[in-house]
Amino acid sequence: MENSKISVRDLNFYYGKFHALKNINLEIERNKVTAFIGPSGCGKSTLLRTFNRMFELYPEQRATGEILLDGKNTLQADQDVSLLRAKVGMVFQKPTPFPMSIYDNIAFGIKLFENLSRSDMDDRVEWALRQAALWGEVKDKLAQSGSGLSGGQQQRLCIARGIAIKPEVLLLDEPCSALDPISTAKIEELISELKDSYTVVIVTHSMQQAARCSDYTAYMYLGDLMEFGTTKDVFFKPQRRETEDYITGRFG
Amino acid sequence: MTLPTQSALLKYKKRKWINRLALTLSLAAMVFGLVWLVWILWEIVHLGLGGLSATVFTQMTPAPNEDGGLANALYGSGLMVVLATFVGTPVGIFAGIYLAEFGEKTWLGSVTRFVNDILLSAPSIVIGLFIYSLVVVKLKNFSAFAGVLALALIVIPVVIRTTENMLRLVPNALREAAYALGTPQWKVVLTVTLRAAKSGVVTGVLLAVARISGETAPLLFTALSNQFWSSSLMQPMASLPVTIFKFAMSPYQNWQQLAWAGVFVITVFVLALNILARWITRAK
Amino acid sequence: MFTPRFADRLFAVTAKSAVILTLVLLAGILLSLIKGAWPAISQYGWHFLVRSVWDPAKDDYGGLVMIYGTLATSIIALLIAVPVSFGIAVFLTELSPNWLKRPLGTAIELLAAIPSIVYGMWGLLVLGPVLAVYVQQPLQKMFASVPFLASLVSGPPVGIGIFSAGLILAIMVIPFIASVMRDVFEVTPALLKESAYGLGATTWEVVSSVILPFTKTGVMGGVMLGLGRALGETMAVTFVIGNTNQLNSLSVFEAANSITSALANEFAEAGEGLHQASLFYLGLVLFAITTLVLAISKVLLAQLKKAEGKSS
Repeated sequence: MENSKISVRDLNFYYGKFHALKNINLEIERNKVTAFIGPSGCGKSTLLRTFNRMFELYPEQRATGEILLDGKNTLQADQDVSLLRAKVGMVFQKPTPFPMSIYDNIAFGIKLFENLSRSDMDDRVEWALRQAALWGEVKDKLAQSGSGLSGGQQQRLCIARGIAIKPEVLLLDEPCSALDPISTAKIEELISELKDSYTVVIVTHSMQQAARCSDYTAYMYLGDLMEFGTTKDVFFKPQRRETEDYITGRFG
Repeated sequence: MTLPTQSALLKYKKRKWINRLALTLSLAAMVFGLVWLVWILWEIVHLGLGGLSATVFTQMTPAPNEDGGLANALYGSGLMVVLATFVGTPVGIFAGIYLAEFGEKTWLGSVTRFVNDILLSAPSIVIGLFIYSLVVVKLKNFSAFAGVLALALIVIPVVIRTTENMLRLVPNALREAAYALGTPQWKVVLTVTLRAAKSGVVTGVLLAVARISGETAPLLFTALSNQFWSSSLMQPMASLPVTIFKFAMSPYQNWQQLAWAGVFVITVFVLALNILARWITRAK
Repeated sequence: MFTPRFADRLFAVTAKSAVILTLVLLAGILLSLIKGAWPAISQYGWHFLVRSVWDPAKDDYGGLVMIYGTLATSIIALLIAVPVSFGIAVFLTELSPNWLKRPLGTAIELLAAIPSIVYGMWGLLVLGPVLAVYVQQPLQKMFASVPFLASLVSGPPVGIGIFSAGLILAIMVIPFIASVMRDVFEVTPALLKESAYGLGATTWEVVSSVILPFTKTGVMGGVMLGLGRALGETMAVTFVIGNTNQLNSLSVFEAANSITSALANEFAEAGEGLHQASLFYLGLVLFAITTLVLAISKVLLAQLKKAEGKSS
């Protein structure tokens, strides 16, 4: 696909001896939202975490194959992982504000890569918080600790923190699973706005969320990529019976 | 429904009686423990307060039957405790960082944990013997420097243990969030993980300070003691616990009274640190 | 120069060095003890452990008196501390109302925070005289004509000796043993206790037939921990043990000596030579005993963790 931001080629992943991802081939289109769905243990989070090499923190985990970001293989040993993570940002299942003020949370990532003056930093922090639809709620309490916010606000803070370093790809690993329905709705709204500027990949255990938010959907089962296509096609005209079984709730 | 038999009822009575006896004894044990605490604290206040006056803080340790105070001992203890904390804490924190962030499953990590437990429970007088052989013999005199090293050796295992435990409690998700931004490891550990564990680590340091403030044995043959004011690290230095030891075992009235005043000061200081440490962990 | 990779390497190396330093320190302690004790080891060998002479004038030494003192005081300490700690742990976990648990637990833990020199001084000047009048003298009168017991409580009733040291050690060690016991009692699965209560067992029966067997390795581990603490305690013992290097009688009220009190009193003045080496030898023996006790305690506590993991 010409418009691929990320191309996955023959990706295999192992936890020790356990073969967790089997020969994955996939194209993630730029400036679109791609959702990974499937029952527990199918490998969707594992796949997501190969995109920013998060698995390298754990010695028993390894990947073979290629993942091309704008044509360049990110799994190559000489690729600097820090710079990769500046381009590919991640938001996790549970909100994880750092033990510092809201302002410092956002500034943390920026300071790693840029030397901004105080006023430039202020502007960037405001920009990030606006992008995450959080600015209005926190603009008067930037100096307060991040953990004083509500769950939904904390998650938006984490999204702002990831956006602040201006990545190109945003990986969202079940970002709403710890949130109430209202916060979930706010974040889903945010996701559809974000795709104008970023390529978004979201892992979700809620099929309804995938149907609401995404342009493309990948259905995974026990480490295999079962089906991949536009969300409309996967949900209304599934090609494989396994996909249809999952969608219609016959299991999982 | 079958009614309980006569023998079962009798048995039940006996069982109830045993139960009551056992629980009364456990209440008695609780009271026993508390009685000692109260008695000790009461005597310290009672006898210590009597000997306490401004001169205790301003005058030097006197000769027997002369007036004086504990100023040089207080200064000596203060100086050695502060220096020992400055020397021991960084070593302890970095070793704790290794155990929690690098060495979770390595053999070096397990060996160190075991060794640390040995050091933690080693009789403090043995630490004194070690520093004596290492430092006092080489320098050919007793010195505050040796005393500081001995106290630092007591600080290190305490800080290692608390730092490792507190860092372990920090959830992995927080670390991953920092790594996901592209943060290098040293920065993740020092500015995110350690910061999240801050209050626990500080508590550990406070408890270590409380512990070494009251330690006598490791100073007995390292810093020894000093009748006069000394601020030189290379000379013997007076310390509160050693001075109390010397004065209390003596038959002189004024010395014993000063010893009680010293006991009062140490106890208040140590208990205050303990309560502060508890309050910090509670506040978090 | 400070590339991220370099900074990470430096950081890792610093952390590792701190750990290596810890290992080196332990090795250093062991080596310095052996080196210092060597003249005595080569002179006496194992016999040092069973000779009771200690004569600086004649330069002839043996460690039996001190080793006996250390062991006797620690055993007396455990005899008192273990039942009391058990009672306290039972009280805190099964009897005490919830609002009282934290303050009482803190109060007991404060006993552990009091420095040993404070215990020593209080023991000598406050407890000693009380023991002399209210415990030693009545006991001596009571057992005056009983053959074995009379000699056990003989000696000048001035409130010092092995018993006094043992009692003070007991008080110092109670908080350690009681907190370990309380902690292991608390992790007994509620379901286990409820099954026993459900059958109509009384509280004591649940404690003795369910909780205690379930936690017994942990309890032993806690006792070993307390023992290790008691063996190594210096100042409290030094004040009240009497500092006499003779073992004349079996009496627990006679003045005696322990390894730690002998070191505390004599080391600073002992010149280089056999006297100092013998003291080092005693230090080495003490270190070996406490390390052994600690190792046993760790093994026992680790076994309890494994059992916990299996049943939960």
